[in-house]
Amino acid sequence: MSMTRREFARLLGMAGAAGVLPVTGFAAKKQPSELYEVPKSGNVRLLHMTDCHAQLLPVYFREPNVNLGIGSAYGQAPHLVGDKLLNHFGIASGSLEAHAFTYLNFGDAASQYGKVGGFSHLKTLVTRLRESFGSANTLLLDGGDTWQGSGTSFKTRGMDMVKATNELGVDIMTGHWEFTYHQEEILNNIKAFNGEFLANNIFVTEDALFDGADEYIHDEDTGHVFKPYSIKELGGARIAVIGQAFPRTKIANPARFIPDWTFDIYDSEMQELVDQIRSEEKVDAVVVISHNGMDVDIAMANRVTGIDVILGGHTHDGMPKPTTVKNAKGQTLVCNVGSNGKFLGVMDLDIRNGKVKGYNYRLLPVFSELLPADPAMAKLINDIRAPHLDWLSEELAVADEVMFRRGNFNGTFDQVICNALMEQNNAQISLSPGFRWGTSVLEGQKVTMEHVLDQTCLTYPETYVRPMKGSELKLILEDVADNIFNPEPYLQSGGDMVRVGGFDYICDPMQPIGKRISEMRLDNGELIDANKSYTVSGWATVGAKSDGPIIWDVVAEHLRDKQVARIDKLNTPVLKNVTDNPGIAAYPKMS
Amino acid sequence: MSMNRRSVVKAIATGGALIGASVLMPRIAMAAWSSKAFKAEDQATAMSELLGGTPSESAEVTLKAPDIAENGAVVPVTVRSTLANVESMSIFVKDNPTPLVAEFMIPAGTEANVSTRLRMGKTSTVTAVVKADGKLYSASKEVKVTIGGCGG
Repeated sequence: MSMTRREFARLLGMAGAAGVLPVTGFAAKKQPSELYEVPKSGNVRLLHMTDCHAQLLPVYFREPNVNLGIGSAYGQAPHLVGDKLLNHFGIASGSLEAHAFTYLNFGDAASQYGKVGGFSHLKTLVTRLRESFGSANTLLLDGGDTWQGSGTSFKTRGMDMVKATNELGVDIMTGHWEFTYHQEEILNNIKAFNGEFLANNIFVTEDALFDGADEYIHDEDTGHVFKPYSIKELGGARIAVIGQAFPRTKIANPARFIPDWTFDIYDSEMQELVDQIRSEEKVDAVVVISHNGMDVDIAMANRVTGIDVILGGHTHDGMPKPTTVKNAKGQTLVCNVGSNGKFLGVMDLDIRNGKVKGYNYRLLPVFSELLPADPAMAKLINDIRAPHLDWLSEELAVADEVMFRRGNFNGTFDQVICNALMEQNNAQISLSPGFRWGTSVLEGQKVTMEHVLDQTCLTYPETYVRPMKGSELKLILEDVADNIFNPEPYLQSGGDMVRVGGFDYICDPMQPIGKRISEMRLDNGELIDANKSYTVSGWATVGAKSDGPIIWDVVAEHLRDKQVARIDKLNTPVLKNVTDNPGIAAYPKMS
Repeated sequence: MSMNRRSVVKAIATGGALIGASVLMPRIAMAAWSSKAFKAEDQATAMSELLGGTPSESAEVTLKAPDIAENGAVVPVTVRSTLANVESMSIFVKDNPTPLVAEFMIPAGTEANVSTRLRMGKTSTVTAVVKADGKLYSASKEVKVTIGGCGG
């Protein structure tokens, strides 16, 4: 369905008359036609995007109905879903924002409001927000996960996105999935990138230094591979921007692509850096563009003082307002701006006499039907896609219901992938990673090769089939569950629970590692025996390269066979002790 | 000093080979080499065999190790101490098959600051014990070893 801007405004006007529009929140103060007209406040405007996962065109993206917060994260942003999120942020149900920020009524609302994101629409919004503020006093920051997630980024090794972010005018970026290309390719892409690539937490290994990895190192004395921070003069203020790349990159993704580099979270080094910047560079504000994930950003803001704003990503949480974290010496605002090009964060700062005196924040959903396409960006995207159109546009099957991934446990699209692995690779059980990227397909739409690539496209796509003992399977589930549900944020790695096919289980997220998973039972009801061997198929192995067919070919073949993408059984666990958790809604299996 | 980091690393590596050789000899010759301690399969035995006692936690011992290991086969750790008269610094990985990893003898007048890499098969507590003025002090930290994958 396509709707003009005028029709849309009329529709919203009617909704307003009918009392459906929110009574609080930004939309209450704005007429719909002014959705994207952000009044100027302060002297510095930071525009923030993150985790677009190479989605150049508008997409549908369903927010999660399960995003559990454990420990101190219980009931706190970003671990709020559905009505709990709306109530927390004062957003009226049934509104445009309710659709943008939650899963509620997703299929119908998505048909009504249309697709989100798309670089040519984003470009129009960025230009408007820069020009209305005074371009010289604005910065566009990208939190990373930009070069991966689509067929064209895979074919061009991320270079399509370097071109697109250049056209968009990204000033500063950091990274995570950027590091799933080979070192030389990453360095090459950065060379072609017009902005600055910052990371204070990536160091060269001593082995690499010894072997002569010195040609590209930013600072041989400190070991920083990339420039750690940059100073910008905007609106009469001096601002430091520090880059924080994803600290668990070599654990979550293959270390073999980036052998010379090492990543981590270094609290004391970060503190030293902030203190040094404040004393030596005479800055008025310190901003971190981070790929830590929101829970880790909140924890870091507690421990490290002197940071005014953390512009965060990784966990794909579209949070309408920042979280204010108080620490020993002041406070830090922590933002997270969702994924897939769906949102653009606008942080207006009032910076005077060496201090941030105030701020105004808006997280704008990018509704592509409300923002005309920028012609130059549209042309660039067409040029990028042209050589691959036949591949991308093959229609494989019809979606029997909304196909999506995002959420702590199996989404419908994950189940399709898991079923494809079992059927195509003749396995009893399948495992599929709980990535947070992957777009949504509406009921009745054609599932295309491009949709399958949105869900599966990475640089280690080979599948495997191998025997695995029940005990080994449990170990994997326990390990991944601990990466999500460990109450200590620094021990989490982001991502969601591993998706499974062919069996169900019980999960108690409140337990410690080793005790969360029980009652693993095959689809035929048989209990999985710790000592018995099962045939398991999966993909995206981070250790060594697997030797099976490529995952998107496996899923495409499965969909061509079936012609309809239908879920007969969703292998999600029965959850214990989460009934009252504000991070879960509309989940049928709780005890 | 005008030597860049790479030259320093190379110098250390070259020097390291020599130091390695000089460490090997005492290992064979010295009566202090505690074979029982290094072969002990539980931490308490290893500690008492090596140091003859149990340490008490001290803020003057700093153990630097990652929260999550990037690679369990080479986990970087650094032990530092501000205590006076440090005689030795030893490192234990509680859940390794043989918990005692290393013992460093600190000659008088030497800065108590050592770095090494540990091999860890699974998540475990790592403990650094510093012997100073005949007494034992420690710092501990859990290092998580995970199978990885599934990043968002």
